[in-house]
Amino acid sequence: MSDDKGEGLVGIVLVSHSAQVAASVAELAQGLAGGATAVPVAPAGGTEGGELGTSAELIAAAAASVDRGAGVAVLTDLGSAVLTVKALLAEGDELPDSTRLVDAPFVEGAVAAVVTAAAGADLAAVEAAASEAYTYRKV
Amino acid sequence: MLDAEFFRRWMTATAASVDREAERLTALDSPIGDADHGSNLQRGFTAVTAELEKEAPATPGAILILAGRQLISTVGGASGPLYGTLLRRTGKALGDAGEVGEDEFAKALRAGVDAVMTLGGAAPGDKTMIDALVPAVDALGDGFVAARAAAEEGAVATTPLQARKGRASYLGERSIGHQDPGATSSALLIAALTEAAGE
Repeated sequence: MSDDKGEGLVGIVLVSHSAQVAASVAELAQGLAGGATAVPVAPAGGTEGGELGTSAELIAAAAASVDRGAGVAVLTDLGSAVLTVKALLAEGDELPDSTRLVDAPFVEGAVAAVVTAAAGADLAAVEAAASEAYTYRKV
Repeated sequence: MLDAEFFRRWMTATAASVDREAERLTALDSPIGDADHGSNLQRGFTAVTAELEKEAPATPGAILILAGRQLISTVGGASGPLYGTLLRRTGKALGDAGEVGEDEFAKALRAGVDAVMTLGGAAPGDKTMIDALVPAVDALGDGFVAARAAAEEGAVATTPLQARKGRASYLGERSIGHQDPGATSSALLIAALTEAAGE
């Protein structure tokens, strides 16, 4: 991702236990957002060794890569993904300033976050849109 | 008084017992978890001892903070941020002192356990590492041997409980009848205190 892309847009990090899930959801969200390719989205899936799990290093690198100064929204799947992001936030200096763990369903929240970020919304609006995805019942 | 060397021995002794017990931890994690608790913790504590050999922090607090950071980085599962937070918060609570008293350590460890409860949202009785750590901290005033016994009892007492946190909670009643792997590894961490103290 070049430096001039997504200037001023909220960055989005997708943390899953699986590298494929994180990468696919990133692709899906950007595709469904109508080619919102300007939004910096980075997957952080699996461990550094390519196994199922969570890597603090991959998360920190992904967050740094999408930080354009407007904040970073982190969406996670389960268990260790949630706990690792919380632990990194508690460390204070591991993630860019104004990084937020967003409480949202992973796939639906990612789509809502990317669409909202593409419109130039701020971090609070991106977070609200992603969280709101919890209320869209399917049945 | 407990000096930096004591805390280094605590981490080394924990790493050694996690090595010895890795297969048992993973076996406990097979029916109710994702069968990686032993190998995950083994990877984490191996990284901790390697880092402590490379770097030699001079204070108890700095040793635990370094160890906690390593666990968060390398474990890959939920036990990484949980044990990492336990050690880091305990280390932070100890501050910059070159030596700490046992009472001070007990207080700091309680702060660490509280931080783990906040991070994971677990309370005693949820069939987690908290079920070994809370009794251990409660008993620490009576010494390391008492804390070890309390942690082991706490771990065994998780067997009839139904899991309410983590991967095991999806199993509902089927989690009953299995000793919790996290409480079991927590008992190893506490037992290593007696080794570090030569008791």
